[in-house]
Amino acid sequence: MPQMGYDMKEGRLIKWLKGEGDEITTGEDIAEIETDKAIIPMPSPSGGILRKIITPEGEMVPVGTVLGFIGTLEEEIPSNLTSVPVENNNIPENENVTELNTSEPIEEPIIETPKSSSETIKASPVARRIAADKGIDLKLIQGTGPNGRIVEKDVLNYSQPSASPQPVTEAPKVSTTPSNINSEIIELNRMRQAVARTTSASSREAPHFYVTTDIDMTGTMEIRSQVNKALESQGKRVSVNDIIIKACAVALKNHQNFNATFHGDTIEIHPNINIGVAIDLDGSGLIQPCIMSCQNLSLAEISVGTKDLINRARENQLRAEEYIGSTFTISNLGMFDIESFTAIIAPPNCAILAVGSVRQQPVVSDGEITVKQMMKVTLSVDHRANDGAAAARFIGEIKSLLEQPIGLLV
Amino acid sequence: MAELTLRDAISLGLREAMDNDPRVIIMGEDVGAYNGAYVVTKGFLEEYGESRIIDTPISEAGFVGAGIGAAMAGLKPVVEIMTINFSLMASDQIINNAAKIHYMSGGQYSAPIIIRTVTGGGAGLAATHSQSFEGFYATIPGLKVLTPAFPDDALGLLRTAFKDNNPILYCEHALLYNVRGEIPDDSSFEVPFGKAKTRRNGSDITLVGYGRSVHTALLAAEKLQERNVDAEVIDLRTLRPLDIQTLIESTQKTHRCVVIEETWATGGFGSYVAYEIQKNAFDDLDGPVLHIGGLDVPAPYARNLEIMTIPNEQWILDAVEKEFGL
Amino acid sequence: MQVLEKTEIQPSELLNLYRDMKIIRLFEEKCSQLYMQGKIRGFLHLYIGEEAIAVGLASALNEDDHIITHYRDHGHALARGLEPRAIMAELCGKATGTSFGRGGSMHIFDASKNFAGGHAIVGGHLPLAAGLALAAKQLNEDRIVVCFFGDGALNQGEFHETMNLASVWKLPVLFFLENNFYGMGSHIDRTFAGGSKVHTIADRYKIPNSRIDGMDVLAVREASIDAIAKIRKTSKPYLLEAVTYRFQGHSMADPVTYRDRDEVDKWRPRDPIALLKEMLLEAGHASEKLIGRLDEEANLTVEDATQFAESSPDPDPNDLTKNIYA
Repeated sequence: MPQMGYDMKEGRLIKWLKGEGDEITTGEDIAEIETDKAIIPMPSPSGGILRKIITPEGEMVPVGTVLGFIGTLEEEIPSNLTSVPVENNNIPENENVTELNTSEPIEEPIIETPKSSSETIKASPVARRIAADKGIDLKLIQGTGPNGRIVEKDVLNYSQPSASPQPVTEAPKVSTTPSNINSEIIELNRMRQAVARTTSASSREAPHFYVTTDIDMTGTMEIRSQVNKALESQGKRVSVNDIIIKACAVALKNHQNFNATFHGDTIEIHPNINIGVAIDLDGSGLIQPCIMSCQNLSLAEISVGTKDLINRARENQLRAEEYIGSTFTISNLGMFDIESFTAIIAPPNCAILAVGSVRQQPVVSDGEITVKQMMKVTLSVDHRANDGAAAARFIGEIKSLLEQPIGLLV
Repeated sequence: MAELTLRDAISLGLREAMDNDPRVIIMGEDVGAYNGAYVVTKGFLEEYGESRIIDTPISEAGFVGAGIGAAMAGLKPVVEIMTINFSLMASDQIINNAAKIHYMSGGQYSAPIIIRTVTGGGAGLAATHSQSFEGFYATIPGLKVLTPAFPDDALGLLRTAFKDNNPILYCEHALLYNVRGEIPDDSSFEVPFGKAKTRRNGSDITLVGYGRSVHTALLAAEKLQERNVDAEVIDLRTLRPLDIQTLIESTQKTHRCVVIEETWATGGFGSYVAYEIQKNAFDDLDGPVLHIGGLDVPAPYARNLEIMTIPNEQWILDAVEKEFGL
Repeated sequence: MQVLEKTEIQPSELLNLYRDMKIIRLFEEKCSQLYMQGKIRGFLHLYIGEEAIAVGLASALNEDDHIITHYRDHGHALARGLEPRAIMAELCGKATGTSFGRGGSMHIFDASKNFAGGHAIVGGHLPLAAGLALAAKQLNEDRIVVCFFGDGALNQGEFHETMNLASVWKLPVLFFLENNFYGMGSHIDRTFAGGSKVHTIADRYKIPNSRIDGMDVLAVREASIDAIAKIRKTSKPYLLEAVTYRFQGHSMADPVTYRDRDEVDKWRPRDPIALLKEMLLEAGHASEKLIGRLDEEANLTVEDATQFAESSPDPDPNDLTKNIYA
């Protein structure tokens, strides 16, 4: 099949104008070829006798395919002639591209699609580079650039939480070699990486201690059901956690050292009380967005705010400051019927409250055994920022606020 | 050091070449009896005669092509196209002939022609007479494109152009002819192609321009100084060959870069410059590389409308504030 | 200065004309085969039927003179004396080609033969012809320029601009119109308003002109000698129209749907090679046997060129960007 145009790839043999045995001169039309443009008579490339027709009429064949054999009477017809494209013809299927010494290697673009925008930290490339060089976790930095972007000066102005800048020791890498041939190796998603990074940094850098107390929640539960009855017509509900947030907000006003960030040689007391809430994203990860300025919010407002926060967290609609702005965190596993646990402080906070479930328990009170609704809470404290007695006083205030909850409604 | 206008610097360069090299001829619309539409070749006809200062008919494809043919056959023609808008009539000659003849002939022929032309808007000439195509021509391999913004570069680049064996588009901005500047007395002073010039040193942000946008950038830099922002201003001087290295080094220092040009922002040459910077200085950036170009409208006639279409220093200040918070 | 006088042509010269035309014919037929085998790519425009023009003109030209032509250029190149091997290698995209595989069929160049190219934009090379002539005039060189173009170029602005420039500037150009009646697939009657005496369009530009039978190599030769002598004497342009016919389609991809087989058949007896052969035999300048020997000589030349081209190496990929700039 001849090439009858620079872009021709195949053609249809419409009609043989000569039959087997016919004598042919060079240039004489021997067949009609249909290209995608037209039907064209095909001149014979050589003279002789059309000894054999290989490609039958009507066949669509690639350029370079043998159509027939022209030769002298004496010539033997090659037995291997078939209606397939001739090998080694000069029409490349794909152009041969010879590698150039001068050309740059073409790298496959690596496109990472974050699962959710909540995993993305907006930081300029140079800010990222400096942060990586200094071992600073970008999550700890408040961006002041356009749209909350962490820019160069934010990283340069950020002082390390440790007394002296230390060479960063990488979190111990777990061998990726499977110990068992049947093991499945799962790549960490971005959120998992972030949790791994921050919790190990916190464990490493912040010396934790813990104080635990039992809180009688009977009064709180009573008030909650009354409030919820009143709110029923509005379709609103206050959760136990909302009340705990409110209690913490009130307590933090009097214990500002727990609404703080440790900076090595200074402690920064935050003017706003932004309480972070650990939210489980249905198994896909953990984030701790915060309710901003809790000191100004009523219980009802906190309740609305929490629900909104959880909804938006699940829909990736959180604002940047809500990811990184928390000043104190509450982690509540009560809904999982966990009695008590200890939590790792989320930097740059200096304390976190771990809340267990509210459960009916026999309690000895005034010499009598009564059944009360009890809840265990454990405060994790960064010892660099606060001592045990201060922690006891702080958790004590939370306890008394929750045991006499009427004050929280005001 | 003599102080000259950019116009006089070009005249000086042309006279030198006419005096030094009999192969040099000047041809174009009204370069002779009229003294040149922008008076660059004033007095040339009397001095050099009509065999070397050749008035052409208004026939851009014809006389630009003739210039290319003459260059192929041993002359060093300087062909003036009155404005770059009319170069479109000759674009077949410039792009298909001048830029290709050396490569397509396997190096046998070359076209050492200097095409002088006037670019830029802002003078109330409306849509067909206010365009800036130098960036477009700079996308074509085989051409060299020069965009002097100051008298010293105008002369130094022209001297280099006369020694170069390739087709050169020498683009003079219509509003820069009266810019004054010092010219080195040294007659060996030349400006190499493909070497950008830092016209102002700074540490906080890099402003890149060519032609008139360099002057816009310098005005912006003065205003930024009032905000305590120390801007570096780089003049590309030649779009092809293009000096990316100087831009990268500056951006690595300042971490912020703005590319400014007067032609339409969409697909403008500056967007390619911005791409090169972000690619090569990515890890040093504190924000996106900005590209400020003209508004995507045909140039309007009315003054109040036209000034809305061409970047001025305020555009730069606003963008720097919005994108970098500076 | 060698001015060819119209003289009685020697029989040996006639045999050369025959052989040169035959080489072109066989060369083009071979190209067609190589194209169908995929060894020549891109566009391929064959000169079959028009051989008398290139050969007749070339025999009237000095070595110093320039030839510049369009993209149906193999015939002109062969007639001008370019190496058949190098031309065929160029068509096959080989390192040994005239442009080292950078130009292909439509862009054959050889500066050593003053063959300033095949050019593939219809009419685009005409201004270059004016420039080549301008340089010759400016440098006081005794050269003229022959510029081949087809009837398709008549309607391009660059044709008219160049006619005008050449006349106004008195440039020594022979405008050689190869009128084969078709601009690709459109007949001249449907595209050109200037009437059937096409050459008289030059009258409006005060360029002397005439029309000849482009199938008669002797007529072409004599008219060329006349026209060239006039040009040398007056340093003014001249336009020759040779009426001819393209036996093949416009290019290999052309299904030739726009003209009747009858029309082609009517022209077949006007085949320039057959005509000269008949004349040689009738006048007793050659025997069938001698003609056969010339045919064989032509065949060997083409086979040798083909073998050379096919066995030549591809261009070195490392040289891809060589010769973009001089």
